[in-house]
This record gives sequence, structure tokens and C-alpha cells, in this order.
Amino acid sequence: MATLKEVKSKIVSIKKTRQITSAMKMVATSRLRGAQNRMEAFKPYAGKFAEVLGSIAGKSGENASPLLVPRDEVKKVALILCTSDRGLCGGFNSNLITKADKFVQSELEGKEVSYICFGKRGRDWAKKQPQPIEDQYIGVVGGKIAFGIASSSGQKMIDSFLEGAVDEVYLIYSRFVNMARQEATLKKILPIPSLDELTGGKEEVQADGFLPEHICEPSSDKLLGEMLPKNVFIQIYDALLQTSTSEHAARMRAMENATKACEDMVGELQSIFNKTRQSKITGDLMDIVGGAEALKG
Amino acid sequence: MAEKLFLEVVTPQKSVVSEEVEIVVAPGSEGEFGALKGHTTFLTSLKLGTLRYKDSAGKERYVFINGGFAEVLPTKVTILAESAERRKDIDVERAVKAKERAEKRLASRSPETDLVRAEAALRRALHRIKIKDIR
Repeated sequence: MATLKEVKSKIVSIKKTRQITSAMKMVATSRLRGAQNRMEAFKPYAGKFAEVLGSIAGKSGENASPLLVPRDEVKKVALILCTSDRGLCGGFNSNLITKADKFVQSELEGKEVSYICFGKRGRDWAKKQPQPIEDQYIGVVGGKIAFGIASSSGQKMIDSFLEGAVDEVYLIYSRFVNMARQEATLKKILPIPSLDELTGGKEEVQADGFLPEHICEPSSDKLLGEMLPKNVFIQIYDALLQTSTSEHAARMRAMENATKACEDMVGELQSIFNKTRQSKITGDLMDIVGGAEALKG
Repeated sequence: MAEKLFLEVVTPQKSVVSEEVEIVVAPGSEGEFGALKGHTTFLTSLKLGTLRYKDSAGKERYVFINGGFAEVLPTKVTILAESAERRKDIDVERAVKAKERAEKRLASRSPETDLVRAEAALRRALHRIKIKDIR
């Protein structure tokens, strides 16, 4: 049986670990609130944009923009992988990486793949892969994300798509479903899936039942051509926001579980400590009583 | 008393303006346009410039718009901009600094400067300063 001193020092060290995990949990909670607020603040913009895009897409031809045209033969694929910079957030990053790995192994077999990594964890994984890393952005996910980052990286993707350097672009990110659930999600962002999909397949019907027939300036095709790249930026930005929120939620949960585990362990050790102490005292008493009996003798 | 229409200016970060106004004048890519209540539905892209509107108290307000889109409906105007700032929120010091930086970059004419970006930065800075100097 462990000595009293050993048990005592173990209890102290676990209590310290618990302090750290519970502090990390509180940090994650407050960051989560910030990330969620940013996600909420983005919703009106994204919602309105989708609405306008939907109403204009209905009027334009399918071939309004080269971004809509799928390539006959897909040889080169770019994969944007959003992960966090830091660990200690449960299965968060490994879920995302497994998703990417599976996708590359099965769907992209025999194609040229390049990675664009947001977040250190994903980059470290991509480094070990035979495919090259095109671009990496560290210190973005989890913090305050500027729209400029999404639009500049999105513009790069669009440029290389138009030049023919890549034929398809995919995005892997963690969708924030709720506090307890974050889903690794795969999305194709270029070529832009058909316009029906963008609008969710439904025409935007106004409350009084007519489609707003906009006068467009410049022409609706031209406007659509300007809006589609923006739509790509919005998707990347949305992915970054959701991944950040998910990261904090995942870390909060992971740290909560760790704190609980620490408490359980401390409880167990405490009862071992008490038992050991008790049996030691009993032993000592026996000795004293025995000694006293012997003296009486 | 003019009838009111609702103006909303939203950016990815936040909603900048959301209030009842009398008139909106916005910098459309094919020319500045004004909208009053009852305007026909209208959709346009915007260029960098100043959005002006008269709020319900009849006071003129100015908002810096860095490109985007505007949707005009009979009772509502929605502006989608990548960035937008009300006149009172414009950071002049920052704009002056950005202006100097951009001018320096343009003057240096070294091959590695991104002329397009520097010019865009200069235009943004000048416009911000201009809005601040109104009146």
C-alpha cells in the first residue's frame, strides 16, 4: 500500500491540474461567447446577401460566370482545411483531419491535391502528406477574424481557378451545430454549385406572393458576376467563424470533462488516504495498548 | 413631412445603420442615385464613396462605404458593404497615416509595390478624410 506521503503528494498534484483545466474552461467559455457574437453579427449580412443573390440568380442565365462552369476533367484539386492552432480540445482537430484524410484517400485518388491550411494543427498534418501546402494562415482561427483574410485567400483561389491552376476547390471546416455538437463538414466551393443550390432550390417568394422584379444596374449578369466571388468569400469567412466557435465549444467541453475527472480522482485518493491513515492509527494504538499490558504484567 | 423608408447598412462584422430615414443618396457604380419612399425595386453595385441620408429628425448623416451592393425596395433600402463607417466613427489619424503610407508606396515606384492595392488604399484614406471634413 502506498505511504501516506505518496498519496498526499498525488492529491496535491491532481488538485493543481484541476485548477489549470478549470481555468482553461473559463477562458474557453468567455472566448466562446465572443466567437458566437461574431457569428451572430455576421448572420444578417450573409442572410441578406443570399436573398439578393437568389433573386438575381433566378433572372440570369446559367452561364453568366465562368465560376459556375464545371471542368470536364478534374485533375487538380485544392483543399482548404480549417483547424485550430492549439490542442487540448478533445477530438476536435482529429475529427477534421480524419475527414480530410478520408476525402483525399477515397475521392481524390490519383488527382493532384494541394492544401491551404488555416490553423496549426491542420498544417502539421498536411506537412506529413506527400501533397504540397499552397498557403497557410496561422493565428486566424480562434481569434478575431477579419473579413479581409477570407476575401484575400478567396481571391487567390478564384484567380488560380480562372487560370486553370486548379479545377476544383473544397472546404473542410467544423460546423457549429450547438454547444455539444460540432460536425466536420465538407463543402465544394469552386466551381460554384448550380444556382438552385445556392438559393436552397426555392425561389424567393415575398410575403405578398410576387417576385421582386429588380431594375439592375449594371446588367443582372454583370451584377451576378460581381456577387459570385463575394459569395465564395462569405463561405470561407463563415467557415472560419464556425470553426472558431466550434473550437472554443469543444475545448470548453474537453476541459469540463477533465476537471470532472480530476475531482473523481481526488475523491478516490482522499478515501485511500483516509483508510491508510486510519489503519496506521489503529496499528499505533495496538502497540501502545500492548505495551501498557506488558508493563502491568 | 416626408414619408419614411427604412435604411439598413450591414457589414460582415456588424450592422452599422438601422433606422427610419427620409432620403438616401448612395454612390452607385453607374452614378449616384437617391431613393425616397416608393422607389421602384432596384439593385445595384456600389463603388467606394459616401452614403448620405437624412434621418427622421431631418439631420444629414454621412457613412463611408467601401464598395458593395444596394437593394432598394419601396419601403426599405439595404446596403451590403464589406466595410462601412459612420462619420463619427471614422478614425482620421489612421486615415492620414494610411494616406501617407500609400503615397510613399506609390512614389517609390519600386517593382514590388502592388500599385492597385496602394491606389485603393489611398482612395479609401482620401475619402475618409473628405467625409470627416464636411462642414
